[in-house]
Amino acid sequence: MSTTTTTTAGGVRVERPTAGSYIRDYWGRVRGGDIGSLPAILGLIVLVVIFGVARDTFISAVNFANLFSQGAQITFIAMGLVFVLLLGEIDLSAGFASGVCGAVMAILLTNHGWPWYGAIPAALITGLVIGFVLGFLVAEVGIPSFVVTLAAFLGFQGVLLVLLKGGINVSVRDKFVLALANNNMSVLWSWVLAIVSVAGYAVIQFSRVRSRAARGLVTDPIGIVLLRIGGLALIVLLATALLTQERSINPAIISVKGVPFVVPIIAFFLVVWTFVLGRTTYGRHVYATGGNAEAARRAGIPVDRIRISVFIICSFMAAVGGILAVSRANSVDPNTGGSNILLYSVGAAVIGGTSLFGGKGKVVNAVIGGAVIAVIDNGMGLLGFNAGTKFIVTGLILLIAASVDALSRRRAAVTGAR
Amino acid sequence: MAATPLLELRGIDKSFGPVQVLHDVGMSVYPGEVTALVGDNGAGKSTLVKCISGIYTMDAGTVTFDGNQVAIHSPRDAAALGIEVVYQDLALCDNLDIVQNMFLGREKTRGIVLDEPTMEQLAGDTLAGLSVRTMKSLRQHVASLSGGQRQTVAIAKAVLWNSRLVILDEPTAALGVAQTAQVLELVRRLADNGLGVVLISHNMNDVFAVADRIAALYLGRMAAQVKTTDVTHSQIVELITAGRSGNIGLPPEKPQDYVDITPGDDQ
Repeated sequence: MSTTTTTTAGGVRVERPTAGSYIRDYWGRVRGGDIGSLPAILGLIVLVVIFGVARDTFISAVNFANLFSQGAQITFIAMGLVFVLLLGEIDLSAGFASGVCGAVMAILLTNHGWPWYGAIPAALITGLVIGFVLGFLVAEVGIPSFVVTLAAFLGFQGVLLVLLKGGINVSVRDKFVLALANNNMSVLWSWVLAIVSVAGYAVIQFSRVRSRAARGLVTDPIGIVLLRIGGLALIVLLATALLTQERSINPAIISVKGVPFVVPIIAFFLVVWTFVLGRTTYGRHVYATGGNAEAARRAGIPVDRIRISVFIICSFMAAVGGILAVSRANSVDPNTGGSNILLYSVGAAVIGGTSLFGGKGKVVNAVIGGAVIAVIDNGMGLLGFNAGTKFIVTGLILLIAASVDALSRRRAAVTGAR
Repeated sequence: MAATPLLELRGIDKSFGPVQVLHDVGMSVYPGEVTALVGDNGAGKSTLVKCISGIYTMDAGTVTFDGNQVAIHSPRDAAALGIEVVYQDLALCDNLDIVQNMFLGREKTRGIVLDEPTMEQLAGDTLAGLSVRTMKSLRQHVASLSGGQRQTVAIAKAVLWNSRLVILDEPTAALGVAQTAQVLELVRRLADNGLGVVLISHNMNDVFAVADRIAALYLGRMAAQVKTTDVTHSQIVELITAGRSGNIGLPPEKPQDYVDITPGDDQ
């Protein structure tokens, strides 16, 4: 091997990574069982090609824009579930929790005449309270999270029915709330957002390399850094170009173009939670607790408080998902957040590469996995499959993702990698 | 050799309900020396260590640290004095890298952001100070390390905090021959850097390889604390299994027995 060694902090000799060795290391980790989002990304490409060939409307701008609002709710819930899964716990009530929070918002808006800036925070606070109660029961009382959230799953389904007085449909007419899932940014702002996000990512990457190099630490090879920035730029700019096309059937009457508002909302939470998990003490402690709770406890980490906090984050994100779901449907009914929403969300997190065994996962997994689920659901719908077949296929894909997780974990145990 | 012990225990008693585990235990640990703590299973080694590290409270006895009498009521008190324990099961998180593990629970931050470059630099300095010269990367996950390397990280984690006394609970129990040698060398280096080191071990070869002093516990009593150069392998084994060996160790339970087994020593 042509790896050269270099001296890093304090004179410890380490290998100097080159673009080649970086890629070899990555491949080594994949072979060793640390596969991350790779299967999901490959799967996404395959699915897009299959559906694109089978139905040319699949790759149209209209359908591409639809994918975002269709996938938004499960993506938000999945983002929250990543935190719970990182501790090796589960939240089965997240789907109906999102329905309850959405109903709280809709009822306050429509029946009590609250403004959106009162109703949305009320829904989010409902999510925080639900999460605290669930987390308290798991961490302090010591009931397994499976049982607590299974009970809550049934309970919230009942709460939703009670809130909706046995099943009435509460429609929402607030313009701001409806705009969240249904409106688009102007073409100009779409491009501003795209360019700002790519530039921001590039600045962060380069400043990290600079600050590490200034201290004499090993840095990522510059080729890899450029590849990352280039890859993101390519995807973001292509997507923006597609979304800023005219999507209306009759542009003379109404013009529909621009990036849907849900995209910056997803991006906002993706950035915030990625920052929290990767760059703060709290995030480090979440990983530590998920990896080895005993070690975390001995290191002085308040394990119980971490456990409660992940349930709070999960239910909060469920509330966000519920708000978007109500916005998209223009109403709330007893099945908002019900049926397949929860299992799609768990599926999104797991398909994206979050481990069911704890300690491994990223927030971006939820977005990638959410995209896979949305593409399957949307593509099979376009191909004319009925709901039954869609459930079977999605169930199988979740099973495959969970098997990949379990098998890669076994492989990791054999090879000594994670 | 330093004249004053870094840690001096006198008359430590510890009971769990009706069972008295430690009887009047005394022990001295000197800076710059490795003190091996040996004893059979159930002799009270772990209990003694947990008393020193603040996990258990002592029923009676005094602790003198660096010449001052101190009270250790919690692991926090022990850490404040500079006492660090490296546990047998390592207490490392497999899903975190070397730097992340070394700073676990005591991360350096700038504002709310983790200060990764500073942590990596300090971790590198500490490893270099222990003469750990090669690692593939300070950013590799602990799961991918060998047993010896993991033990090295656990020890480095303990010395990162300007600790003065490091207690190692069976650091070589799960290691192969080469890795054991590597870890013992590291243990020796800790002492050479001026730290007080307590090494708990069942392996006499390890003990004689690195220890300056040996403290042998027998059924909750300190049988003897001797210099390694003054004793032989078999004497230590006798101290561990019988509590006494020749004229060192605990006094016999019936004084007349002592006379019987050592002929030539007039009554």
